Amino acid sequence: MLERRLISHRRVYFSLFDVVLNVFMFFVVVITLYPFLNILAKSLNDPIDTVKGGITIFPRVFTLDNYRVLFEGGSRLPRAFQVSVLRTVIGALLGVLSCAMFAYPLSRDDFVFKKSFSTLLVITMYVSGGLIPGYLLIRSLGLINSFWVYIIPGLINAFNVIVIRSYIDTIPPSLQESARIDGANDITIFFKIILPLCTPVLATIGLFIAVGQWNSWFDTYLYARGNENLTTLQYELMKVLDSAQTSSRVDIYSESIKMARKNPEAIKMAITMVATLPIVLVYPFLQRYFVTGITLGAIKE
Amino acid sequence: MKTATSTAPRRNAFLQKLWHQRFLLALSVPFVIWLIIFCYIPLVGWVIAFQDYKPHLGFFNQEWVGLKHFEALFKAPMFYQALWNTLGMSVLLLVFGFTSSIGFALLLNELTSLKFKKFVQTVSYLPHFVSWVIVASIITSMLSLSGPINEWLVDWGILKKPFDFMTQPDLFWWIVVFADMWKETGWNAIIYLAAMSAIDPQLYEAALVDGANRLQRIWYITLPGIRYTVITLLILSIGNIINIGFERQYLLGNAVVAPKALVLDKYALDFGIGLFRYSYGTAIGIFKSGVSIVMLVIANQLAHRFGERKIF
Repeated sequence: MLERRLISHRRVYFSLFDVVLNVFMFFVVVITLYPFLNILAKSLNDPIDTVKGGITIFPRVFTLDNYRVLFEGGSRLPRAFQVSVLRTVIGALLGVLSCAMFAYPLSRDDFVFKKSFSTLLVITMYVSGGLIPGYLLIRSLGLINSFWVYIIPGLINAFNVIVIRSYIDTIPPSLQESARIDGANDITIFFKIILPLCTPVLATIGLFIAVGQWNSWFDTYLYARGNENLTTLQYELMKVLDSAQTSSRVDIYSESIKMARKNPEAIKMAITMVATLPIVLVYPFLQRYFVTGITLGAIKE
Repeated sequence: MKTATSTAPRRNAFLQKLWHQRFLLALSVPFVIWLIIFCYIPLVGWVIAFQDYKPHLGFFNQEWVGLKHFEALFKAPMFYQALWNTLGMSVLLLVFGFTSSIGFALLLNELTSLKFKKFVQTVSYLPHFVSWVIVASIITSMLSLSGPINEWLVDWGILKKPFDFMTQPDLFWWIVVFADMWKETGWNAIIYLAAMSAIDPQLYEAALVDGANRLQRIWYITLPGIRYTVITLLILSIGNIINIGFERQYLLGNAVVAPKALVLDKYALDFGIGLFRYSYGTAIGIFKSGVSIVMLVIANQLAHRFGERKIF
């Protein structure tokens, strides 16, 4: 009797806890999603109307003008979009292939330089030359204002190589041995056996590299500022952000209607959406890889 | 003569092995060369902190000036300002980043509906995948004079007129911390959730039988269960306390809050590359590396003292 009352009492307590918890989690979802939806709504709303305030998650005076301005003649946005896509695709493909190519010999116990090459690699995780020596190197290599400055300096990442190598370690060695008996050399084994079996880990690493490439702006700022053809979406957004911060008050309070047509705030919202949408669109499909990726990382640490 | 004959076969055997592994070498040697160029040559570049580096003279014809640039660095008031901002923001980011992601993981772990849990998790990762440029754009428009936060505060009568959050130097560190929490809490919680899922369910059953309530089970089972993960990550972050980068500060900052937004990396960038004072900028980089090595050793010792496995 007493026991039953205790249990039912506990149940009431639990469900109260659960209610509070669920409300809190709903609140977390709202504060995470609301800013994105609010910016989407404002980017689709007439800029003059937006200044009146009160836009929540639906546009009030719907217009595509903010986006049209971005892509009309003379705009750098179409080029920036193209460069962003190119560096993301090429960077991810070459990056994954490079890390895997390096990881395979390091996974082979019989490889003469397994130890020394691994040490060379791991040291780079703890020490780096820093900003200035790095900049001087890129400059003396003639990579300034070249597309390849987005790809080559980031080709290898020690952490990614180690993650791929530990994945290769889980593949039964007998597979490689039987291929060798059939006359395959190490390159054939790598491309025909190792790479196909590593698909999950390669997808994860490739995704991380792709996200990094898509989101990067600082390398444009540092190395490719002088070449308008190499601008990226994130860099263009950064510039709008920079100029908006110095002039936003003027724009909001004392702006003529003519200027408001090209309201920097509205443009900023539209570029933000253009730079965000690709990630949001692929996000649901790639989510399982995100989680695998960080769990792999956690195990390594 | 004698030595030659005795090493020759051995060298031959080694060469033979190399020839045998020529394909493995072909796969790896290009990347070793890459490592040397892109990771080790910049390390050698540290010597320019001890020179008066002039780009047109070439690497080996520079004038050596000893510790001149380090002395100048330690005399510069701006350096101390940048150091203070770096450490201040770092500590806040560390404290709030850790507590929020552990707290979020604990609460997520308590959700009974698996579907809702999955949904909350999926949403919470999203900001991690957008760039800091986008997050800064979102935060500045949310907090701007005509942004939703001000609209609500005025509508609810909390404020009489909109408050300009972004131009308050005293609020700047907190805006950086808040932005970081918004972006990374969900993502950082994944590691703790993984650690929690490895806890033996029998422990919870036993606690239930003993009459432990939910908070007691969190306190006595879940938290000790993720202890090792927490301490490992804490130590790794302490080692990085000086390396907070400047992306967040640069993108969220503006002219008004600049004194509070200046961090060491930004200082090195402005002086080193902006003003072409390459040697001075490199000296800042070396100072940073020195501090992070010291911090790493201290953190490692602390871990040892607390009876944990050393990290290295």
